[in-house]
Amino acid sequence: MPGAGVGIVSNPGPSGQHSLRLNPSHAAAVAKFLRDDAELALDFLSNVTGVDWPDKEIAEKVKVSKAVDGVEQTVEETRKRVEPGCLEVVYHLFSVARKHGPVILRMRTVNRTDQVELPSLTSIWRSAEFQEREVFDLYGVVFTGHPDLRRLLMWDEFTDHPMRRDYVEPDDFEYEPTAHDAVAARAAAHQEPREGKVAGQ
Amino acid sequence: MVDEGLKIELGKQGVFVTTIEELYNWGRKSSIWPMQFGLACCAIEMIATTMARYDLARFGAEVFRPSPRQADMMIISGTVTKKMAPQVVRLYNQMAEPKYVIAMGACAISGGPFKQGYNVLKGIDRYIPVDVHIPGCPPRPEALLQAFMTLQKKIEAQHLTGAGRPRHLDAEGQGEFPVPVQGEHDLEPTSNKGVWPLPVIIR
Repeated sequence: MPGAGVGIVSNPGPSGQHSLRLNPSHAAAVAKFLRDDAELALDFLSNVTGVDWPDKEIAEKVKVSKAVDGVEQTVEETRKRVEPGCLEVVYHLFSVARKHGPVILRMRTVNRTDQVELPSLTSIWRSAEFQEREVFDLYGVVFTGHPDLRRLLMWDEFTDHPMRRDYVEPDDFEYEPTAHDAVAARAAAHQEPREGKVAGQ
Repeated sequence: MVDEGLKIELGKQGVFVTTIEELYNWGRKSSIWPMQFGLACCAIEMIATTMARYDLARFGAEVFRPSPRQADMMIISGTVTKKMAPQVVRLYNQMAEPKYVIAMGACAISGGPFKQGYNVLKGIDRYIPVDVHIPGCPPRPEALLQAFMTLQKKIEAQHLTGAGRPRHLDAEGQGEFPVPVQGEHDLEPTSNKGVWPLPVIIR
């Protein structure tokens, strides 16, 4: 398929599970091919999951020529740039007919704030329906073409996406009888400080 | 109250002496019908408790009622999610007095292993009054029987008059509890302070 924009994401780990990065605009056609091709026959979608890639700040050292005391010199400068984050959806496919798999598909959104649409693959694999709803619920990926995109685990009035890295859980740590580590620190904010006692211990 | 020694003496003579309170409480404690619902894996232990090996019927509680209107006791058997909590409180409100609650297992009493999760209530006692708490993950059927016997003892000891009488004999008694609303970030309110005053942590 020319112009389909399928890339390979290699996995250097011992499992060596490499995956295919799909271009969202051609994902439905590629998915249909993977399912219907006689050699591949990937008829079973076993798992859909999400990944949140937050904005990453990268510090780079750049050599810049600069005029120092009237003399042209090459100076190393540290520059910071922010690599925008995104949301990623991962599909695990198997073939029951040909007994092979998994084939792993990945799709990425443009960013993680306003352009979070990805095409739904529910029309290709019916089993994607609830799992895409779960990804929508917990990560906030909007699947276009999904027949019934509602929250799955949380209630309809809920506005957050709990599996995102920047999710802030409600501050209900007022009663933590066996607190430790991070919970202890949060519980300490609700407790009155005592003399000779370090907060959170 | 009748003197215990005198009661036994009279019993030997074939005279049975009791009080209305004793008789009434004996009747109440001997036929506590639980509500038929389960929330998680604790429910499996609850089902095992009702079956032949443990036989909850020995205590007069084998009749699980699928309607809150016919139930006397609610066994919160499992994890109460924030999505489920309003429904649990609403079912409790729909039960007729006198009504009792057993919170079964680590999740129901405190949130258990999911306590710091985003969708698990940190104990149902934040919204409704719980009579008996059972720790365990899940508690064994024996533990549920123990809790049940504890509840029976509690009912037996209740006086029908004066302070601490059962709610249905108290004109001022309040048997309805506000149902939490599912808000944008959490349940609102996060707890019912009238039922659950913040426990004192001993450090």
